[in-house]
Amino acid sequence: MSASKTHGHAAHGGHDAGHGHHELPFWRKYVFSVDHKIIGLQYAVTALVFLFFGFTLMMLLRWQLAYPGQPLPVIGKLLGESAMPGGVMAPEFYNQLGAMHGTIMVFMGIVPLAVGGFGNYVVPLQIGAPDMAFPRINMASYWAFLPGGILMIASFFLPGGAAQSGWTNYPPLSEVTQTPGQTVWLFAMVLLITSSLLGSINFIVTIVQLRAKGLTFFRLPFFVHAQFVTSFLLLLAFPPLEAAAVMQIMDRLANTSFFLPAGLVVSGEQWHAAGGGSPLLWQHLFWFLAHPEVYVLILPAMGIVAEVIANNTRKPLWGYRLLVYSAIFLGFMSFVVWAHHMFMTGMGTTMSTFFQTTTMIISIPSVVILTCFIMSLYGGAIRYTVPMLFATAFLPMFAIGGLTGLPLGLTASDIYLHDTFYVIAHFHYVVAPGTIFALFAGIYYWYPKVTGKQMNQALGKVHFWLSFIFINGVFMPMFFQGMAGLSRRLYDPTIYAHGRAIQGLNVLISWSAWGLALAQLPFIWNFFASLRHVKVAENPWQSTTLEWAAPSPPPHGNFVTPPVVYRDPYQYSEPGRSTDFHPQFAREA
Amino acid sequence: MDETKYGYWFPPDVSTHGVQIDQLIDIVHWFMLILFVGWGIFFVYCLIKYRARPGHAATYLPPKAQFTKVIEVSVIVIEVLLLFWFSTPVWFAYKNHPPPEKDALVIKLVAEQFAWDFHYAGKDGKFGRTSEASMSGDNPVGMDPDDPDGKDDIVTINQLHFPVNKPVIVQISSKDVIHSFNIPVLRVKQDAVPGTRIPIWFQATKPGHFELACAQLCGLGHYRMRADVLIDTPEEYAKWAAENAPPPAEPPTSAAPENQQGAPQK
Repeated sequence: MSASKTHGHAAHGGHDAGHGHHELPFWRKYVFSVDHKIIGLQYAVTALVFLFFGFTLMMLLRWQLAYPGQPLPVIGKLLGESAMPGGVMAPEFYNQLGAMHGTIMVFMGIVPLAVGGFGNYVVPLQIGAPDMAFPRINMASYWAFLPGGILMIASFFLPGGAAQSGWTNYPPLSEVTQTPGQTVWLFAMVLLITSSLLGSINFIVTIVQLRAKGLTFFRLPFFVHAQFVTSFLLLLAFPPLEAAAVMQIMDRLANTSFFLPAGLVVSGEQWHAAGGGSPLLWQHLFWFLAHPEVYVLILPAMGIVAEVIANNTRKPLWGYRLLVYSAIFLGFMSFVVWAHHMFMTGMGTTMSTFFQTTTMIISIPSVVILTCFIMSLYGGAIRYTVPMLFATAFLPMFAIGGLTGLPLGLTASDIYLHDTFYVIAHFHYVVAPGTIFALFAGIYYWYPKVTGKQMNQALGKVHFWLSFIFINGVFMPMFFQGMAGLSRRLYDPTIYAHGRAIQGLNVLISWSAWGLALAQLPFIWNFFASLRHVKVAENPWQSTTLEWAAPSPPPHGNFVTPPVVYRDPYQYSEPGRSTDFHPQFAREA
Repeated sequence: MDETKYGYWFPPDVSTHGVQIDQLIDIVHWFMLILFVGWGIFFVYCLIKYRARPGHAATYLPPKAQFTKVIEVSVIVIEVLLLFWFSTPVWFAYKNHPPPEKDALVIKLVAEQFAWDFHYAGKDGKFGRTSEASMSGDNPVGMDPDDPDGKDDIVTINQLHFPVNKPVIVQISSKDVIHSFNIPVLRVKQDAVPGTRIPIWFQATKPGHFELACAQLCGLGHYRMRADVLIDTPEEYAKWAAENAPPPAEPPTSAAPENQQGAPQK
């Protein structure tokens, strides 16, 4: 993975040729690097560590749900008397695990891996650029992300523990909860949001300005289109949440009342606040980001799936333009649906009808994108490589996640299903066997580009099948828990008769989750052990897109000579040619 | 409480408006199932028929697919139907046509960490004045002890009594954080947002003993924010109201007899 000593002259921009090589010291080459590939790897590895940590929080939480009130063997004692007195989980700790699982997975796991990791590494290569438009801003975005992430994790060790008011952090609860962990959550969010804002502007300018000669917009790989739309979502949706986080910090530290009405009585005491604020203001500001955020979670994944499907069906993607227009429409619509998360807050019929309607409309581009992907299989010659297994599984999993959004987006059915396990199942299907599977596909697919080596395919297949089985074992039963009326975020669901009636599902889900964790071991082993494999051919997947024109791994500056693009991105199986792929960058006809 | 009626699908529906909600959920799920199975069959067909094997090459040109347009248009049409034929009318009818207050039993609710405080107007049908400033452990709804209208009010904690076959309006508020009033068997859910008073209505069709569960994370006791929902026959309700009415009071002390926190509630 080290940058090779010979780097393309494209890297030097305005410098004149013939100057001596300047070797950077280690800390500038690998720590405070401005090279998009190093930064991409920093993001990816950091995000994978955070994903694993966030998953561990859930594995702990699942013990309490499967065996409420039972002491957790061995580990229970290790977590201390305030979190797990006598080895039994405390309700406050349960709430911390829940809030931080969501926060970490979304803001420190998926987005940094999908955008910061894959986006940073692959986009400049796929457009034929030597780096991002603003390499130093790129570095700054990672170095805002990492402290933000570390601060979030450190909050567990503060008195009272980490934030515990949900990843949604609704006031007044988040403000009357006096622990420092709640305040630190807000500061960490400011850092994490800033990181995304810096990154998004970089992506937009890079994609607009630095495309190689001949690479028009409609010759871009769909992955780049997906990242492009994603960047607009990040840029435009995050600022209201950053503002809201600052406002909540001020409520906590400066005695303001942006989100607090007057007259609160908490634990029998009058709460001293100026009042005049509204808890619903936070909800609007939060969801104004958080709805586009879920499209940030899915779009890069769709981009990866597109690349892997085109490559492994050996034919052009079906409906490329339709995919591009749908992604843009999806991005636009994502800004006008946010209040479907707030249908039960006392919303009037006019406003709720507006948001129901936009929510139904936004399902259409998703349906179109899924249809295009499925149609892309028709007439192909499908190679079931490990990336293709994950990309193929993505399709029905995303279908389940997307379809189950329909009863939630209709207000009348949402009355019953809101804040139940049905919601949890819905969004996890999209992001877990959806996005995370796509990210695995991307790791297996681009590993040879990044390292020059191939991951072990047999281990990859074991990873895939075990993950597929266990992940469905985790999330499918949750739909049934929701239909039975079980609320989410309950420390002990057996308090309620309708919870007791289906408690067996919790046991099934928890064991599936622990099985899913074990299923990742072959992957972790494979990821590191494959670094010692023999080097493989430059373009082992026989792909057509520009990143495969660079050496594997690419040196600083990426391309030995600046690439030129001659054709569309997925020219596979053109009639009358001796090979079944015709790279974008190959001059010969 | 009869636990055998709970299982792996909807709990029983004992409300007048719930039938339409259940119907909508069922119809949407049939639609989802048809889409998923339809896509799924085509998907599996392609995975098998178009797998790479010796002698099989991919086709460069896209298939001329009219049926995808048909599918997209049908999806749009069905979603429009779901939205404007099923969901919106049900929602509008429920939200915009509450029963008139004079025909209903009106109950005020103050949600708090971690209990549901119900306030009944009593025999005179008038609620005593309440205020946040008067709220305390003994006086959870903050009743003004000097208000004569409040003398016959009933306050219960975690006990919601009402008669069957009569509209009930609950005026929902919260004294501290956001909670959510959620009775699955009545198909009602409404957030209790501090600083607001939000009315919700329902009418029960069968008597029984059910549960209210908080549906919005409200702190470490969120899981145990449970109330008993007792749907009485009219006779049972009248008996309960009479038994729990406060005795005719002399000039009150601050620990007014309305606040029966320790006394057993049926």
